Amino acid sequence: MSERARLGLFLGAATGMAVLLAWGMAGLPAFGAFHGAYALLIDHVVVAQRHATDAVTAVNFDYRGLDTLGEEFILFTSVVGLAVLLREQRSERERPPARAGEEHRFQGASCALRTLTLLLVGPLVVLALYVDSHGALTPGGGFQGGVLGAAALLLVFLGGGYLTMRRLSPHRLVELAEAGGAAGYGMIGVGGIVFAGAFLKNFLGYGTAGELISAGTIPLLSMAVAAEVSGAFVLLWSEFLDQALIVRRG
Amino acid sequence: MSALAYGTAGWLFLVGLYGIVTSRNLIHMVICLTVVQSSTYVLLLSIGYRSGAAAPVFADIPPGSRAVDPIVQALTLTDVVVEATVVALMLALAVQAHKRFGTLDPNELTPLRG
Repeated sequence: MSERARLGLFLGAATGMAVLLAWGMAGLPAFGAFHGAYALLIDHVVVAQRHATDAVTAVNFDYRGLDTLGEEFILFTSVVGLAVLLREQRSERERPPARAGEEHRFQGASCALRTLTLLLVGPLVVLALYVDSHGALTPGGGFQGGVLGAAALLLVFLGGGYLTMRRLSPHRLVELAEAGGAAGYGMIGVGGIVFAGAFLKNFLGYGTAGELISAGTIPLLSMAVAAEVSGAFVLLWSEFLDQALIVRRG
Repeated sequence: MSALAYGTAGWLFLVGLYGIVTSRNLIHMVICLTVVQSSTYVLLLSIGYRSGAAAPVFADIPPGSRAVDPIVQALTLTDVVVEATVVALMLALAVQAHKRFGTLDPNELTPLRG
């Protein structure tokens, strides 16, 4: 199809779509006038029921815990799919470092960038652990903290080099974190069946609202997700960086 | 105000779609897809907003205070995770397409080759 015909077809379809969207959105409640029954209910009962002060995390890991299980497995499956897509092909081979100690440095990294990124690695790991563990109390949780933790390794790549990053995140460990996190979430769910009679039901004591160890299984599920997300993202970045730096056609 | 919030969502959706249709580079196309997906975040968060309400975190405000909808925020989080996975898979496909065809221009990718 010629470019002009394609654009014409799109403009016609987009105009129709815009009209449909405007029509549909005209029927939505006015901005700021939301009265969703479930949201109002959760805002009122979440602290009393689950002793969790962050309603979003409580929804994610308790009220809607089953959806999060699915979401976690979407991430898991897509990273497996990515590893399959970027596997070593017949016409490719991995290029070993020519000399021992040769490193794939990030091109264009100045001394200032290297120093700054390496200084930030430690604080970023602490921030990741803080966000992971305080998900039930303040904004955060396993997904956000997991990405932060994986980002610390990207800083190692920026400031140090790719092989340093790989040494800090051995493949086996990364895969173990990813698979263990996914399985851990499922096992905590099974714990709900054993101890409380329903899958993913919160079966631990709720503790005191506002304390670090409170809200029952919510922090545990959050940590499981954090391990899975960190592992998944590090695996994902390693696969892409492998393509750019290690794999050679030949 | 409603028109601005919902209009932004609609605009992001359509402008991202325009980018996908006219794209001449697979990486650019993937980024356009993220623009389309970000329209859903704006829509979800706009729907869940209550005027004068705080964030649904009751650590420093009394339980039962007027707060925005936590459910759409949790849904948005799901949405972000799904977007990240979709982008990763599409970029992997772009890497392989570039290896096979030597180009990232979708118009140059012929279906029957190799």
